[in-house]
Amino acid sequence: MKALMFGWEFPPHILGGLGTASFGLTRGMAQQEDMEITFVIPKPWGDEDQSFLRIIGACNVPIVWKDCDWHHVQERLGQFMHPDEYYRLRDGIKYDFRRIGTNELGCVDFSGRYPDNLIEEIGNYEAVASVLAHQLDFDIIHSHDWLTYPAGVFAKQISGKPLVIHVHATDFDRSRGNVNPTVYSIEKRGMEEADHIITVSNLTRNTVIEKYHIDPAKVTTVHNAVEPLQDVQSFTKTPRKDKVVTFLGRITMQKGPEYFVEAAARVLQKTDGVRFVMAGSGDMMNQMIHLAAAKGIADKFHFTGFLRGRQVQEMLAESDVYIMPSVSEPFGISPLEAMQVGTPSIISYQSGCAEILSHAIKTDYWDIDAMADAIYAIVKYPAMYKSLRELGQHEVNNIRWYDAGLKVRNIYNQVINRY
Amino acid sequence: MCLQLHAPYRLKRYRFFEIGQDHYYYDDFQTESKIRSLATLSYLPTNCTLLEMIRSSNGKFKCAIAVSGVTLELLEQYSPEVIDSFKDLAETGCVEFVAEPYSHSLASLMDENEWEGQLKEHAAKIEQLFGVKPTTLCNSELIYSDEIGEKAYQLGYRTMMIPGAKNVLGWKSPNYLYNHISHSKLKLLVRNPKLSDDLSFRFNDHTWENYPLNAEKFIEWIKNIPAEEPIVNLWMGYETFGMRQQAYTGIFEFLKALPYYAMEQEMGFILPKEAGKKLASADMLTAPTPISWSGETKNTTAWVGNDLQQEALQKLYAVAERVRLCSDKSLQHDWTILQSADHFRYMSHTDAFDTNYDSPYEAFMNYMNILADFLQRVDEQYPTTIDNEELNELLKTINNQEKEIERLEKELKATRARKEKKEKK
Repeated sequence: MKALMFGWEFPPHILGGLGTASFGLTRGMAQQEDMEITFVIPKPWGDEDQSFLRIIGACNVPIVWKDCDWHHVQERLGQFMHPDEYYRLRDGIKYDFRRIGTNELGCVDFSGRYPDNLIEEIGNYEAVASVLAHQLDFDIIHSHDWLTYPAGVFAKQISGKPLVIHVHATDFDRSRGNVNPTVYSIEKRGMEEADHIITVSNLTRNTVIEKYHIDPAKVTTVHNAVEPLQDVQSFTKTPRKDKVVTFLGRITMQKGPEYFVEAAARVLQKTDGVRFVMAGSGDMMNQMIHLAAAKGIADKFHFTGFLRGRQVQEMLAESDVYIMPSVSEPFGISPLEAMQVGTPSIISYQSGCAEILSHAIKTDYWDIDAMADAIYAIVKYPAMYKSLRELGQHEVNNIRWYDAGLKVRNIYNQVINRY
Repeated sequence: MCLQLHAPYRLKRYRFFEIGQDHYYYDDFQTESKIRSLATLSYLPTNCTLLEMIRSSNGKFKCAIAVSGVTLELLEQYSPEVIDSFKDLAETGCVEFVAEPYSHSLASLMDENEWEGQLKEHAAKIEQLFGVKPTTLCNSELIYSDEIGEKAYQLGYRTMMIPGAKNVLGWKSPNYLYNHISHSKLKLLVRNPKLSDDLSFRFNDHTWENYPLNAEKFIEWIKNIPAEEPIVNLWMGYETFGMRQQAYTGIFEFLKALPYYAMEQEMGFILPKEAGKKLASADMLTAPTPISWSGETKNTTAWVGNDLQQEALQKLYAVAERVRLCSDKSLQHDWTILQSADHFRYMSHTDAFDTNYDSPYEAFMNYMNILADFLQRVDEQYPTTIDNEELNELLKTINNQEKEIERLEKELKATRARKEKKEKK
């Protein structure tokens, strides 16, 4: 089976959880022998791992017919594709996109990020999809997240192949209910046009059904998984006198950082020998520094700033407790990463991953008493720590992308059979 | 036939900030509503049915009842009519109240002395309410091992109900009377797991091949057991009748019909204490590791299987000696209640029956916070700075003082008597 996937991010150059999930899922699916995946992203860097799929950069696909020399194409695009491929794609230009600004090859320069003219970039991506839909051979179209829904829908209309969209988040999660009407309309149109919708948790599934008014029969949950860590042993925990409780993520409204500070204050009222770390950066960081100071716990409350790459796992491994009090989290992969390195996790019921984890403590995001209680119990009662550590690690190691991939494959088969 | 009844005190949501502040641990509302609903749905109709069975069979129907001390306390408080119905049953003489640890505790696995104390406390409670001293022993959750049997024998019990665990029975049938490995006088009645669970778990299972089960069929099964196997022991929880198998399933009608069909097939009912005396022991049984009635494996993992449970139990029983020494009534009462097996079962990852927590971790957190407060209170009475041995020495002196005083008093009396005699002369 050949799948044409539209995505926005792909490791190693990622900005959020979407890239990680795209990578894990495609890799899990590639383990199925007859699965061929073509993954389109706006702007590849050239260092993506292409061992199990083929990556096409939208910025290298011509959408306006330009007459250019073979050698020039070789020079410009050689590291991404063969010039003959360029010419083949050029034959797929069936519409007049001259209103879009293009370079001398007839390609659009994508930023590959989330720029201010995001809506325009989404439209350009749609134009690229039309060319690909004409020239590529595939059985099914799979769009990851709202940015790529228009592209998926257009490709479906051209090719007549079924469309599956993958909802990694909705605008309701990102804005705490204060949705942007443009984004909402793009999301809703994508969902309506799709033949099937995959959501990353039942929480998101409910949002899709209730807020976007989609037929429940069309929506299936496939929970995310986590890539196994090759070098778990290399992350060690330095013995310390004080226990470390960590919050790690963007310090924004969606992640509920203020509840973490409040819970920390509760714990410190009663006990010492515990330190709190808020890792990451975000628009609420200064506000949190003020709050910690106002609570009088600044001496035990530390900020690390933004962590990247391996630093993340190192920080998690050094912690005694990882806490994610997210107000609304479609899935939330970081508790799984914490559990991989053996750190007990406390998560909010409002996180999608709570649906599949049983060896993690769950509380409501606003219930700071329960959160404080859980922190206290993990740092004070060794059996609690040990159980969560060992059973949690075991549990997470059994959540595999391969299984998630099988579920997606199942949905493909159903959709194609119906078509 | 033996019915077992236990309902625990429910613990309230107890946060760690309350440690040292709040010494009341129970969620009375939850306990009360649970007890009341159990009483109306299960305990009262079951007792009523049992009474009717005894009357309609002219006392031929007999059964044993195991009810824990804390449950009796709760019933006295919230549902005294259940106690009355027990008294009615006791008066017929066809019901035997059997012994078990007062708070349905796991003391038999953790602390021998505590176990003994709880059995005594329970026996006293039963005697006070129903006027008879229990002689048959049904440990909490039927937990049994050779060691427990040994101790039970020393405590004077001669009949004991044990679970029908395959690893203990092997090829043997549960339908004989057995005895303890080294004490032939301690008779063991083995629960018939198949027939008991048919009633407890499968009675209303539509997918079960034998559905619907009626009394005639059930007695037929028993009849088909080879004639030389003398006794079938049914042991079920009270919640089987009216809760797990609700009234609409016809479970009470099933019960009522039992004596009739049994008598038709010339079968009788016998009380455990009589069985222990009348029947001859077929063989001895040995259980080197503890077994219980629960689950497929019949071991004790549902209560002591994981790290959380082990930790909680060890922390709790570490202060056993100190608590027994102290005279604070409320402390002792809390101590008894905190030992109930239920609290530990809620911490099980696999089998947290009837839990009121969202996860075993929450059960553990809550329990440990309460325990932390409790341990602080014990510590206030007997500081941990004095170690157990030293404490023992001190207490021995105190205890010896009493004996010394007694001895001296005796001497004094003797001297006085002599003096009086002299004076008379």
